[in-house]
Amino acid sequence: MAEEVVLLDFWPSPFGMRSRIGLAEKGIKYEYKEEDLRNKSALLLQMNPVHKKIPVLIHNGKPVCESLIQVQYIDEVWHDKAPLLPSDPYQKATARFWADYVDKKIYDLGSRVWKTKGEEQATAKKEFIESLKLIEKELGDKPYFGGESLGYVDVAFIPFYSWFYAYEKCGNFSIEAECPKLIAWAKRCMQKESVAKSLPDQQKVYDFILQMKKHFGIE
Amino acid sequence: MAESNVMVLGTWASPFVLRVKIALHLKSVNYENHEENLPESKSDLLLKSNPVYKKVPVLIHGHNPICESLIIVEYIDEVWTTSASSILPSDAYERAQSRFWAAYVEDKFFPALRRLLIGATEEDKKAALAEVVEGTVVLEGAFGELSKGKAFFGGDNIGFVDIALGSLLGWIEVIGKQCETKLVSEAKTPRLVQWADCFSAHEAVKDVLPEVDKLADFGLKLRAKILKALAPTN
Repeated sequence: MAEEVVLLDFWPSPFGMRSRIGLAEKGIKYEYKEEDLRNKSALLLQMNPVHKKIPVLIHNGKPVCESLIQVQYIDEVWHDKAPLLPSDPYQKATARFWADYVDKKIYDLGSRVWKTKGEEQATAKKEFIESLKLIEKELGDKPYFGGESLGYVDVAFIPFYSWFYAYEKCGNFSIEAECPKLIAWAKRCMQKESVAKSLPDQQKVYDFILQMKKHFGIE
Repeated sequence: MAESNVMVLGTWASPFVLRVKIALHLKSVNYENHEENLPESKSDLLLKSNPVYKKVPVLIHGHNPICESLIIVEYIDEVWTTSASSILPSDAYERAQSRFWAAYVEDKFFPALRRLLIGATEEDKKAALAEVVEGTVVLEGAFGELSKGKAFFGGDNIGFVDIALGSLLGWIEVIGKQCETKLVSEAKTPRLVQWADCFSAHEAVKDVLPEVDKLADFGLKLRAKILKALAPTN
């Protein structure tokens, strides 16, 4: 059966990057469609009427929304190559827990770092670094969160590495100084073609953030 | 197989804990219930089992703690596979749909419900109410899509979305009474009304549902506590 896979996405979105990596890991050919979020396409509104957000994965005309749900779907449908989730239920639950942690903590706290200033930003920075240290602890001495190979948590988290430079410049701090093991892990991930191809250049992301700040009237 | 090594750390009023208990009941798994005295105190076991969030529910299976209610429910479904029905669909696309709607309940519907409970001003409450009612209408649509004419979101049997949303029914009733509105109304969401009855009457559910009066009382105290904590100090 001819598989038709389309990804509606927006280049700086760490959520979109997750699905890009997932698809690349599985060697799936797909059509990438860049959305202009200020002028959302009819296709996006039709495929994600509930949230009207990217990314949307469209497989043979049927939409899958929410990046972590997409990654699990990709892993389950194309299960014969590069498994992302462990097969053991407890390890799977642990992987899901930490991917969820990235969503609950890393994304929100990171956003607060670039969106705020003064005391609010100082608090955001502190909490952001704490959350990075906690997940760094979970990595331990493993090469990847997935163990010997890239796994679900790696895919969930590595997109935010493309935002690290922006966080550091906005918050005036060094993530590597605080979490050297995490940076080593990130660089290891970037050695993989699936990741390198899916993440935008950090400077480009920073320029984008500066534009966003101007747009929102921050500093 | 004797399940002497399954423990649930929870509290009677928590809808998230309820999800775990319903899932275990569906699978006929015996477990030890450990009631936490939240928020007054957290047991050492809870702090050790969920050091990241220090919250309930936690499922402890053997020596392994599993946290976050929806993750726990998927775990239960994957471990206890010998029983009659599975909680998540076997088809990958349907599974993605179930996860999507459970996430909707979690990330959109529940926060709106919570804002309605603790809304300090009339304006806050009005905005939250509009959001909650809109949410029920969206979920009515989802029910139509997922149930395919059957009694539950999961079809013939209780599934993932049923558990995610059904666990909130007690609170939906309590908060509705507080606002003097039926949040799940016959007028806007007739299918959900019917579904709510089926769900609450189900074998695996009816004995674990908290008493609505007790919940209402708890809700009032919880609201007062939260508002006091949020109030500006003089």
